[in-house]
Amino acid sequence: MVKEKIIAMLAESTDTDASEITLDTQFSDLGIDSLDMTEMAMDLEDEFGIEFTPSPEINTVGKLIEAVEKLTEA
Amino acid sequence: MSFRITGTGMYVPPKAVTNDDLAQIVETNDEWISKRVGVKERHISENEWTSEMGAKAAQAALDDAGCKAEDLDMILAASVSGETVSPSMANMIQNRIGATCPAMELNAACAAFLYLLETAAAYFALHKEYNRILVVGCERISGILDWTDRSTCVIFGDGAGAAVLERGEGYLDSVLTVKGGDDVIKIPHFPGTSPFFTLEQDSPYIHMQGQETFKYAVSAISSDITTLLERNHLTIDDIAWIVPHQANVRIIDFAAKRLGIDPGKMFVNIEKYGNTSSASVPIAFHELKESGKLKRGDKVILCAFGGGLSNMACLIEY
Repeated sequence: MVKEKIIAMLAESTDTDASEITLDTQFSDLGIDSLDMTEMAMDLEDEFGIEFTPSPEINTVGKLIEAVEKLTEA
Repeated sequence: MSFRITGTGMYVPPKAVTNDDLAQIVETNDEWISKRVGVKERHISENEWTSEMGAKAAQAALDDAGCKAEDLDMILAASVSGETVSPSMANMIQNRIGATCPAMELNAACAAFLYLLETAAAYFALHKEYNRILVVGCERISGILDWTDRSTCVIFGDGAGAAVLERGEGYLDSVLTVKGGDDVIKIPHFPGTSPFFTLEQDSPYIHMQGQETFKYAVSAISSDITTLLERNHLTIDDIAWIVPHQANVRIIDFAAKRLGIDPGKMFVNIEKYGNTSSASVPIAFHELKESGKLKRGDKVILCAFGGGLSNMACLIEY
């Protein structure tokens, strides 16, 4: 659920085919900067009812999914 | 009984500094600044103090309203970068334009121009004999920037904006929010040289946490506009223009997206002036009016947010 949603959001915001986005995809490869990450964090907060602050360590799609899943399980 | 805006004016110092110029001072480039902030150039004072710029914008607003300094009943001004703490910028402007009315300054950082409008509305209600109040936001932000910090010095610019308010019915509603003490954005004072004082203080420049500021600003705009629309039984289609504080074009665009608003309804001129703090909303409003796109009777939402943290939005009928 979290994974599908995040990949769909990334595909839409970066105009990329969802099939090309994997867990190892780096945000820098998608041309995503820190403000894009903040925008996505706000959308994820609304979508999943969590409070989420992006950090430089969360630099791949997989790490983002893991971080959001942890928050939604809490 | 509140007021109508009957005159507007602005002033920016002549020296325009481009992104390429800044790339000579700090490690940055035009593409980075344009994409992350939306600024192409900003005006930087070389030989004018804050109150001089404020007085020039004030005089332009008086001329636009067709009135004189002696017609004013009150001057309210705001600045976070005045050349003196006392006399206040309002007092200095009173002197420079040759007015004799009372004058005072308030501080709500980048949101301050809206707090001036709110204060003016309160004065019109309190003093039935008041007919005309001048409001001025004026900044020489370049004086409180750390010119070695590329994350802040590329964002801001100097300038002043003013409006003449005359007793009327144009100030319809407002929403004010303060989250006191949050230091996502802060401008420490020079701590002084007391031999008895032992605490340390950050440098007396603008300090800003970019991502947190972005999040706060987008949330503030979204919630303030939603509140004004709901409370006044309006939809976005009833609003001709939204004039937001020009902090970062990405903040404005993302707020519009979240609100489902056509970005074309948000007036933007940050590319020419950068973030001029308390001067940004009156400069933007003045340029919107001068563009001929604003008509008498139009409903407009002004919204601003900044250090403090203070944010505010108001609904006016022009």
